[in-house]
Amino acid sequence: MNTTTKHPRPLSPFMHYRWQYSNTLSILHRISGLGLAAAGLVLLIYWLVAAASGEEAYARAQEVFASPVVTVLLFLVSLAFFYHMLNGIRHLVWDTGRGLERQTARKSGWAVFISAILLTLILWLVIGGAA
Amino acid sequence: MAQFRLPPNSRVVAGKTFKAPAGAKNVRVFKIYRFDPESGENPRVDTYEVDMATCGPMVLDALIKIKNEIDSTLTFRRSCREGICGSCAMNIDGKNTLACTKATEDIKGEVKIYPLPHMPVIKDLVPDLTNFYAQYASVKPWLQTRTPAPPDRERLQSKEDQEKIDRPSACILCACCSTACPSYWWNSDRYLGPAALLAAYRWIIDTRDEATGERLDALEDPFRLYRCHTIMNCTEACPKDLNPARAIAEIKKMIAERRH
Repeated sequence: MNTTTKHPRPLSPFMHYRWQYSNTLSILHRISGLGLAAAGLVLLIYWLVAAASGEEAYARAQEVFASPVVTVLLFLVSLAFFYHMLNGIRHLVWDTGRGLERQTARKSGWAVFISAILLTLILWLVIGGAA
Repeated sequence: MAQFRLPPNSRVVAGKTFKAPAGAKNVRVFKIYRFDPESGENPRVDTYEVDMATCGPMVLDALIKIKNEIDSTLTFRRSCREGICGSCAMNIDGKNTLACTKATEDIKGEVKIYPLPHMPVIKDLVPDLTNFYAQYASVKPWLQTRTPAPPDRERLQSKEDQEKIDRPSACILCACCSTACPSYWWNSDRYLGPAALLAAYRWIIDTRDEATGERLDALEDPFRLYRCHTIMNCTEACPKDLNPARAIAEIKKMIAERRH
């Protein structure tokens, strides 16, 4: 097929594809899922191990969880949790064949995105109020 | 596995610039992907300044003007210039669409034109669609029957049944949807892609077709169908306003439902 050409056929560029609501929300779903699995699991296991190791270890864990870095991490984990859950529900609805019209899918995308941020902020306001 | 960088022979280098003629008042800049298989060089992006005062409104008009008046080596497919043949599908301003139905006026700033994404390039804006057409053929896009046809007339169907296939039948196989799909970019060797699946759906729901079971069997595969993760880029890209994402969801649903 390429016998007369001096250059093998290149692959056309694809990484410049426009970020639209569709591919953006999809990649965020993957990133939030990975983040939840990685950071969420590590934090949870550390907390459980600390709780099982005795009073001193648990007290140290409480300090670690209160540190600014881990607090930011926890904030991101909660955001990932709400986004991944809400968008997961959106996918479940799609699997029933509903909500797949262009305009509906755009609206549900925005709804998921904004709700995830709102729920995260509410959660942290509640935590802040309790503390 | 997802790959994010182009192979070394595909990386785009700087190209030439063609200035607008002196006295041009309404100049738009077109940045166009170029690849010449005879040159032995990597693809490049050439810049063309076009005087819009003497150019038609669509991106295809500008491409034809460039080819006629500025640089005759520019290569692209086009035919009907009214959005029914699907030949001039390309990536314009970051999104896949038909050059003939995309108005230059609707694009802000420089008009960036690339071939359909993640495809082997034959020359300039002409991608190799061999695999895409083979995938279309693989869904057997024709009527399959076992019962003999009525001797005195065609196989008829109700108006309602016809309306179900009206929209999916309007697909012009331009490949805008499939090449907009990240799943297709990374799995086009095994994933059929939205265009072929929309075609499959069109025959699955055709009330005259008698191979529905076999058609679903052929699609029940982790790659052929289920690489669709409902990203929705296909439906966003379709220049005919069709909905491949919905068609694929319906196929998944039919496969799930027939198990019970």
